[in-house]
Amino acid sequence: MSYAGWILLTASLVGLSCGFIGALLILRRMAMMADAISHTVLLGIVVAYLVTRELSGVHMLLGAIAAGLLTSVLVQWFHSRGVQQEASIGVVFTSLFAIGVVLIATKVGNAHLDVKHTLMGEITFIPWEKIELPWLGAIPEAVFILSLVLIVVVAVILAFYKEWKITSFDPALAASLGIPVVLMHYVFMSLVSVTTVAAFDAVGAIMVVAMLITPAAAAYLWTDRLAVMLGLSGLFGVVSAIAGYYVAVWLDTSISGSMAFATGIVFMISFLGSPKHGIVAKFIRPAVPSA
Amino acid sequence: MIGLSHNAQWVLLSTLILGTAAGIMGCLAYWKRQSLMSDALSHAALPGVVGGFALMGFKNLPVMIAGAAVSALIGALLIHWIRSSSRVKEDAAMGIILSVFFGLGIMMLTFVNRMAGASQSGLDSFIFGQAASMVRKDVLMMIVLASIVLLVAGIAFKEWKLFLFDPAFAKGLGMSTRWMGAIYMGALVLVIVVGIQAVGVILMAALLIIPAVSARYWTQSFKWMVVLSALFGGGAGMIGTLISTYGKGWPTGPFIVIAAACLFVVSLAFGARKGLVVLAVQQYAQRKKLRRTTFVQQSALERGS
Repeated sequence: MSYAGWILLTASLVGLSCGFIGALLILRRMAMMADAISHTVLLGIVVAYLVTRELSGVHMLLGAIAAGLLTSVLVQWFHSRGVQQEASIGVVFTSLFAIGVVLIATKVGNAHLDVKHTLMGEITFIPWEKIELPWLGAIPEAVFILSLVLIVVVAVILAFYKEWKITSFDPALAASLGIPVVLMHYVFMSLVSVTTVAAFDAVGAIMVVAMLITPAAAAYLWTDRLAVMLGLSGLFGVVSAIAGYYVAVWLDTSISGSMAFATGIVFMISFLGSPKHGIVAKFIRPAVPSA
Repeated sequence: MIGLSHNAQWVLLSTLILGTAAGIMGCLAYWKRQSLMSDALSHAALPGVVGGFALMGFKNLPVMIAGAAVSALIGALLIHWIRSSSRVKEDAAMGIILSVFFGLGIMMLTFVNRMAGASQSGLDSFIFGQAASMVRKDVLMMIVLASIVLLVAGIAFKEWKLFLFDPAFAKGLGMSTRWMGAIYMGALVLVIVVGIQAVGVILMAALLIIPAVSARYWTQSFKWMVVLSALFGGGAGMIGTLISTYGKGWPTGPFIVIAAACLFVVSLAFGARKGLVVLAVQQYAQRKKLRRTTFVQQSALERGS
């Protein structure tokens, strides 16, 4: 495949997996948790690197899952000790992120792992870091990892679709039916961390937040059905990834920044023009009875 | 402080005042339950910083701060608009504005870096903060702006308290909650944009959140919480800046945040109100008392039988 083709494929994979996870994030009102995890994943990656001294996919994934779980456990713990939920998210992620940055600045500081790279990603290098696989031939490592993550995400969502639905919309009912709500919460947090770290290498920490939250919020304005919302959210993710890439090439600017901006445009269009909950629709037919 | 150069002493003073102002505004934000709003606003300031730079063609702090304030305020308005006129919740709205504005800022940063060549040095330092890159003029401006915030918070302290804890009563007394809200938002944005150069857009929120949360562990009174939070913020600002001067090119922001986090851990453990140690001691005393009474009761029973 061509160079641009690999980049587009990478970006689309990011858009798809983030879109699916994001839809559940929005419904569970945990958008800012995603922001927090996308920052603390940095600490996980740095610690994994300091322990193993190599930047391989598996170690980074494990480090990221650990960091993500640590974040959600700490947030939960402080919250149970009387700190507001919002404030405890703020305390945890900024502190862990600062430790990560300081470790990079003082201990690591080399070409493989620097702060700017982790914030903005380097999608332009993706097509060159290839690995050999049986049957498939040489494909970029990031594409391989992202496909794996996408398969896991889709499998977990589909396998427990009913359970996700009920724990997202009515956790109290779910608990009374005997569904392990807490366990599902931590499984979900692990999924968020895995998706974040897989997308991290390609698009950087801030872009991950954009990809997780914005397409899903846009999809939320179009439909009331979970299945449709999941599909739309993934579609919006892919569309903004591809549009962002072409805009970046056209203007010769940062690809990840431009993709984040493209998700914003998609959201703005939905916000203004969606037939159900859009601003324009509200102006055109203000007198429609709601029931 | 003695071994430091003249410039470094100025920088230290500015981060001290910045931390104090941030600690006070952080308390207001904490009780308005808007801790993460400061995070969203500080990220949203990046396009303004870069835009201000692009406008002037060189690093001119007043213009960049003005740009940052404008784009942070636009972000705040958009968050408010999205939340109030669609069914997207506030946290999602903050996440959207935060990431999209930051993405835009990065796009513009790439442009400007190419356009300006060598003279752009110092623009990257707005992401993680580089207090050492400040010159005396910048420091003076920071001090003036931060003092304005201190003044605003200090003069109307009673009104702020009312505004935070009983807005309905405040309205009944004839105070305009709308104006109070606008002034609060203005002061919050001011603290954020002033702090950006020293702490950076990504971690500025920490200086607003952590001191307030730490102070909460020591007292129930709002007044003392504000005082303590100001002290913690100022202390963290100074300590962090001092440490970051020991390494060449070390970013200031993360060190300030880690200093604040250490203060938080100390408060969490030893805080007089809900600190872990205090709680453990209380629990131990309770348990002992309980055991003694049951022992007394038991022996009384045995004697009785």
